[in-house]
Amino acid sequence: MGNSLFVFAEQKEGKFKKVAYEALSLARNLADELGSEVEASIIGNQVRSLAEELKDYGADRINVVDDPSLKNCPPDLYKNILAQQIKESESRIVLLGSTALGADLAPKIGAELGASVATDCISAELQENRLTVLRSVYVSKAIARVSLENEPAILTLRTNVLPINKKEGKGEIIKKEPGDGLPDPKVVMKEIIKSSQGKKDIEEADIIVAGGRGLKSQENFALLEELASLMGAAVGASRSVVDAGWRSHDDQVGQTGKTVSPNLYIVCGISGSIQHLAGMSSSKYIVAINKDPDAPIFKIADYGIVGDLFEVVPRLTEEVKKIIA
Amino acid sequence: MKIVVCVKDVPDTESNIRIASDGKGIDPESVTTVLNPYDEFAVEEALRTKEVKGGDVTAITVGPKSSEKVLRACFGLGVDNGILLKYENFTNDPFVTASVLASYLKNNPFDILLFGKKGADLNNGQTGLMVAEMLGTPSVSSIIKLEISDSSAVCHREAEGNQETYEVSLPAVFTAEKGLNEPRYPSLKLKMQAKKKEIQEIEAEEISPKTNIVSMEYPPKRPEGKVFEDSPDAVNKLVEMLHNEAKVF
Repeated sequence: MGNSLFVFAEQKEGKFKKVAYEALSLARNLADELGSEVEASIIGNQVRSLAEELKDYGADRINVVDDPSLKNCPPDLYKNILAQQIKESESRIVLLGSTALGADLAPKIGAELGASVATDCISAELQENRLTVLRSVYVSKAIARVSLENEPAILTLRTNVLPINKKEGKGEIIKKEPGDGLPDPKVVMKEIIKSSQGKKDIEEADIIVAGGRGLKSQENFALLEELASLMGAAVGASRSVVDAGWRSHDDQVGQTGKTVSPNLYIVCGISGSIQHLAGMSSSKYIVAINKDPDAPIFKIADYGIVGDLFEVVPRLTEEVKKIIA
Repeated sequence: MKIVVCVKDVPDTESNIRIASDGKGIDPESVTTVLNPYDEFAVEEALRTKEVKGGDVTAITVGPKSSEKVLRACFGLGVDNGILLKYENFTNDPFVTASVLASYLKNNPFDILLFGKKGADLNNGQTGLMVAEMLGTPSVSSIIKLEISDSSAVCHREAEGNQETYEVSLPAVFTAEKGLNEPRYPSLKLKMQAKKKEIQEIEAEEISPKTNIVSMEYPPKRPEGKVFEDSPDAVNKLVEMLHNEAKVF
């Protein structure tokens, strides 16, 4: 087993996921500690032009597989290509984002390579030369320190938790072929309907404005949309409004939705069930607006206003307008 | 149609946990366990598939003897057979669980194999996909719709806002996401019968884990918040604090 670190720099529609930069930054730190190198991998259709940028985030080698067959393909194709590259590089640590694709790839590659896998990690460090990570467990009621006993050690990183650092790497760009990674004919992608352009991904957002039952109707989410668009924020939702069909499941924060770690989480009309807290309690700042002074959300909020959100949110929107004007 | 669903029991997500005295896990006395919420979707889909296509539904779990409780819960929902792959020193490492399941399933063919997309306990989300890989069986994760025909299935999933549709030849592995179906409640009659139903017990071979939990802690306490009643200047105060203290604007 070699000593290098391998990063899957995931891109979507020709743009890197935020977590790709975060994973590269972490890999660079670990590589410096180990005196080793960082190998990054870009896979997709028409992605060649992206490679250059990764040099600024510490990549020493940048593998590029650019092939039309990678447009809208099942994850298994990525898996085959990555597993091959990881084997060839003899990397000891492999980093992916905890994205839909990363969550699919890590266990599959792990099973194929007999590797140790830890998912949705919030930190990673070397302890006595062994990779040790922190993970949220038991619906975010505990944090487990997990050691990865085998190499390669594969981990997926939660978005928005670790810093992005610029640091120059050697930046050698290596064009590769998909190789044996042809699509598995047993799984065929029939159709893909892409999300509306410009919609903010709540996992990558620095600010989230989230709403629940207290909004009283689907239409009233316009209040939050307005505030969110002013701040460049994403709009999140509680389980009950997703179940009611007011918002899409993609926007749901909580145990059966997404786990988010924005800088600011503004939560309106959500009382704060254990399941909701599980998805947002690692936000840096939490602002709660709720008319029930006993709502559990106030127990974890940094700032809170006990009041009617229909009164408070419009005034907040006006204030924010003044600040950014 | 041979339908298999892999399940586990997890602490009820509503219950508070207490970290065990060895600091490496939770005190089992501090929680009540339930069928993993994502596994509920998997079991429901298995039962609905049987109702449409015929065949039988087998639930499998891995763990110590006490884990058979989760199989009885599955009987209460209408599952036909239960298998405990008995593993006394079970450490909940996904690679171990997947290896134990794969070595059983290798010799016991299925048409459809279902999992919950992850466990509400350790939140790994690995086992189902690892089993698929170990068996060389095609898989689709986090599905929200499944339509089975005789030798293939069409399934839908959501991935970061995109709606994806896949066609898969059978046998295949699926992991269930919320939205796949609305799980049923156990029936009283089936629950009564479940108590007497036989569970097949198979001793699993021990495998060394790939990951180990070194320690477990409660999350850091959040600092005391500043909460105030709405008043004419409440919003100004809030914005000022966000601006000066949190520096978010």
